[in-house]
Amino acid sequence: MQVLLRNACLSRADVSPEGSVMTAVQETVFLQGHIIDSLILAKVLDTILMMGGTFDLQDVNIGTTRDAPSQARIVVRAHSSRLLAEILQAIQPHGAAVERDSDCRFEPAPAEGIFPDDFYATTHLPTQIRLDGDWVEVEGMEMDLGICVDPAKARARTLPMGSVKAGDLIVTGREGIRVTPLARPAERDVFGFMESVVSSERPHQPVIADIAQRMLKLRAGYRQGQAGTKVLLAGGPAIVHAGGRQALTWLIEAGFIHVLFCGNALAAHDMEAALYGTSLGYGLTAGRSVPHGHEHHLRTINRIRAIGSIHEAVRSGVITEGIMAACVHHDVKMVMAGTIRDDGPLPGVVTDSMQAQEAMRAEVQGVGLALLVASTLHAIATGNLLPASVPTVCVDVNPSVPTKLADRGSFQAVGLVMDAASFLKELARELGWRL
Amino acid sequence: MSRLLVCPPEYFQIDYEINPWMRRENAVVPSRAVSQWQTLVQVLEQDVGVGVERMQPVPGLPDLVFTANAGVVAGHRVVISRFRYPERRREEVYFAQWFREHGYEVLTLEESLYFEGAGDLLGFPDTWFGGYRQRSDIRSFPKLSEIFQREIIPLELIDGRFYHLDTCFCPLSGGELLYVPSAFDAYGLAAIAQRIPEEQRLAVPEDEAIRFACNAVCVGKHIVIPAGCPRTMRLVESRGYRTHEVELGEFMKSGGAAKCLTLALD
Repeated sequence: MQVLLRNACLSRADVSPEGSVMTAVQETVFLQGHIIDSLILAKVLDTILMMGGTFDLQDVNIGTTRDAPSQARIVVRAHSSRLLAEILQAIQPHGAAVERDSDCRFEPAPAEGIFPDDFYATTHLPTQIRLDGDWVEVEGMEMDLGICVDPAKARARTLPMGSVKAGDLIVTGREGIRVTPLARPAERDVFGFMESVVSSERPHQPVIADIAQRMLKLRAGYRQGQAGTKVLLAGGPAIVHAGGRQALTWLIEAGFIHVLFCGNALAAHDMEAALYGTSLGYGLTAGRSVPHGHEHHLRTINRIRAIGSIHEAVRSGVITEGIMAACVHHDVKMVMAGTIRDDGPLPGVVTDSMQAQEAMRAEVQGVGLALLVASTLHAIATGNLLPASVPTVCVDVNPSVPTKLADRGSFQAVGLVMDAASFLKELARELGWRL
Repeated sequence: MSRLLVCPPEYFQIDYEINPWMRRENAVVPSRAVSQWQTLVQVLEQDVGVGVERMQPVPGLPDLVFTANAGVVAGHRVVISRFRYPERRREEVYFAQWFREHGYEVLTLEESLYFEGAGDLLGFPDTWFGGYRQRSDIRSFPKLSEIFQREIIPLELIDGRFYHLDTCFCPLSGGELLYVPSAFDAYGLAAIAQRIPEEQRLAVPEDEAIRFACNAVCVGKHIVIPAGCPRTMRLVESRGYRTHEVELGEFMKSGGAAKCLTLALD
């Protein structure tokens, strides 16, 4: 008996049906009575597995004496609501009763920019709330936000604290809220096996090869107009300093990158390189400082400010090559977020952090892969905006950045401890770049 | 002295079909049914020496004769059945009334929990077994377990012919179990094996199983068993039981035999 039961419990981890979608539907059932010695629990768990579902055993209380009953709460998951319904129907005669959930609670926001006291704070996982007996998918999933409800339309969306208006109906408490952990993705690549470990000893090549495979698929999908196929790159100026500029330019020109998040510096140094051949005054080819080189980025910024915009600078032929030029030529969406140490800044840099966050939030829609390269600030900000279902690669020479991203608890975050230029060059080579 | 509740078969017939045995065209011969029932009661009273309480039959309730389905009794407490089929649901008030009039504490489960009494709940002094899926709802057992302070091991009944646990599972007073292995799945058989050692498990031959060999009444070392089960009789006789064979063919037309026609009161 015990062997049967143990097998049932152990085999759960092995089950990841081929072709399963990223998220699963689920329902919690409750089983009680003399379910252990009778093997009723084992039978229920076996039935779930045999039918192609998976389960999590929660709150198992084994009766301490023979007379005392046991209880188990089981989260049943399936890749479709139809299969889930079939499984529930099959286990129901064995006493597995679906726990009746209650509707979620919500309260009006007391004032602009303020949530009700007991507001529910979101995770980055797919979330549903129960409205009038029905489960409603929360739109715009992102961590650390509130959930705003429109009961009349039976819709719910996430809302940042700063955007809430007085009277907005905000979900409170924890009842009637369902968070779905990610099912393992169907692809058997580095994202599928991700265990959120960040190590500088990890061999980079196979990871980069997997990322390249993803990017090839995404580009094909993007060209056919499929949803969720955009590739986002959030990067810091080290890309330029370290010599990754050409590789990134090529990736953009080859149609592999569709959204760019950066700050004033990446844009400034990229165009400095275009105008002067230097990055922060260092000759990119000679590798040493050039006379008055430290002024180059300021002169670059001043020049672009005089022209009015980066777009205009590219279109008018002032900036002829590089990352910015490639973005303009290939219609890559750019969000440049400013910081307090910025020079200038360049026209187009959004200096209001909340506005920048909003602009980034708008552009992460439809992203199917995020590359966060050599920028703590932009990497963390972007990571926070992304739902857990978006595979994310974080590349930094400082292990603390990928680690922080991996700590988000998503097994789709890959951390690579390596420098930006090596990463971009290897990635571009995998995708066909020949210098 | 053991006491059993019975109900004379004055109105017993096949008015509906709610198990694979029942065929309306396979009509009961009333005189034969009465004589078989009287023989059964006579054997119980005179040969086995149990006390027999007779309840009043009710016109229009043909299956009231199967008192095993009245409920489950322990001490002065009874939990009245909640029948799955509406055809038998009207019996509930008459059973409840009898127990109330005889000084029992009468309990019922919530309306939605089907539970068909001692037909689906039987066992040994410490451990009870509950048959589910065909008639009783498995969710009734945790409640009954709480009421009676007994462990109840649920067993799924997988063969529609053995629609109540007492048609395929008969605990004997010496700790042996007379049972039909094919009526249970692997989980049920494993659960039975865990509680009852192999030498105590007596499998009934298939051809006698469908002649209701397990629907026997065991009191002390006496076993009252439906006629037509010679090998089962030899099996239990080899364990020191005294068998009493009773012809119950009229009741088998309705899917019941000796055990179904009695309810242990003590």
